[in-house]
Amino acid sequence: MERMNVNPTRMMLTSLKKRLKTATRGHKLMKDKRDELMKEFLELARENGRLRSEVERGLQRVYNHFSLASAIMSHEVMQESLMFPKQGINISVETKNIMSVNVPIFDFKTTAEDPTDIYPYGFARTSGELDSAIDAMSSILPKLLDLAAKEKEVALLAAELEKTRRRVNALEYVMIPRLQVTIRYIAMKLDENERGNQTRLMKVKDMMLKEAIEERREKMS
Amino acid sequence: MYKVAVIGDRESVLGFKAIGITVYDTEDIEESKKYLHELVNDNYAIIYITEQLAYEMIDDIDRYKDEMLPAIIPIPNKDGATGRGMDNVKKAVERAVGADILFGGDK
Repeated sequence: MERMNVNPTRMMLTSLKKRLKTATRGHKLMKDKRDELMKEFLELARENGRLRSEVERGLQRVYNHFSLASAIMSHEVMQESLMFPKQGINISVETKNIMSVNVPIFDFKTTAEDPTDIYPYGFARTSGELDSAIDAMSSILPKLLDLAAKEKEVALLAAELEKTRRRVNALEYVMIPRLQVTIRYIAMKLDENERGNQTRLMKVKDMMLKEAIEERREKMS
Repeated sequence: MYKVAVIGDRESVLGFKAIGITVYDTEDIEESKKYLHELVNDNYAIIYITEQLAYEMIDDIDRYKDEMLPAIIPIPNKDGATGRGMDNVKKAVERAVGADILFGGDK
């Protein structure tokens, strides 16, 4: 790993050491977050897959009912019958916080006065097929809403997980090694300077000693 | 209070009206894009789009992917599931984990 371009000073060494400490700590935290998110996510995604295939099958059944109904009834009557729905849905949204990701929770209320009477037409001109189609439709509604919440949750968690994963990798494979290399470089450089100083001092001391001896010898003679 | 909408071809989405979901029937891509953007700004928490349409306007849908609302969910239309809805889930797993480890990648 290539080192950072910094001046090898003692001050830089201290600040780099501090940064390394923060990076290591951050890395550990991010890793924990990633693991927890992953645990949560995998479970959710599995459930999401299950729910989706359930809804897809359910919708298929609904479509079958409807195509049966539209085969029996004329197009106009069908349109007319469904023109003014009795049933309405109101969704209230709350948020749930999973590892600092805000995910929605959908809560729904149906507005029909009588939940058993959701058929928005008189029974005289319509066929029974339409009744069962609408029945199937409304029975799948809770699953449909549940799917929406789950799928959104999975998508949001996936985005967060991707981000966290990248951060963990960047810290682990780039930031931390680079800091370590730079710290080692500065430490070596400082040591080298220290040794240089030491030898210089010894040399100077040697020279001074020699001079003193020389002087004394001259005086004696 | 939030509302729910569905966008798709007429035959498929007709039934949704009966249970109180707002229906926009269209088979035109541009038109459904227009509907989508209108709905996003209009208090809709969930927007179902048939897979056929959703596939064609994936860029527009992805724009809202990382926002909490609305949830834009592909559903099969009357011709049956194309598997594209399920692909979305797989893609999410791939995005999060780096590889599809849940659904075995069987396309």
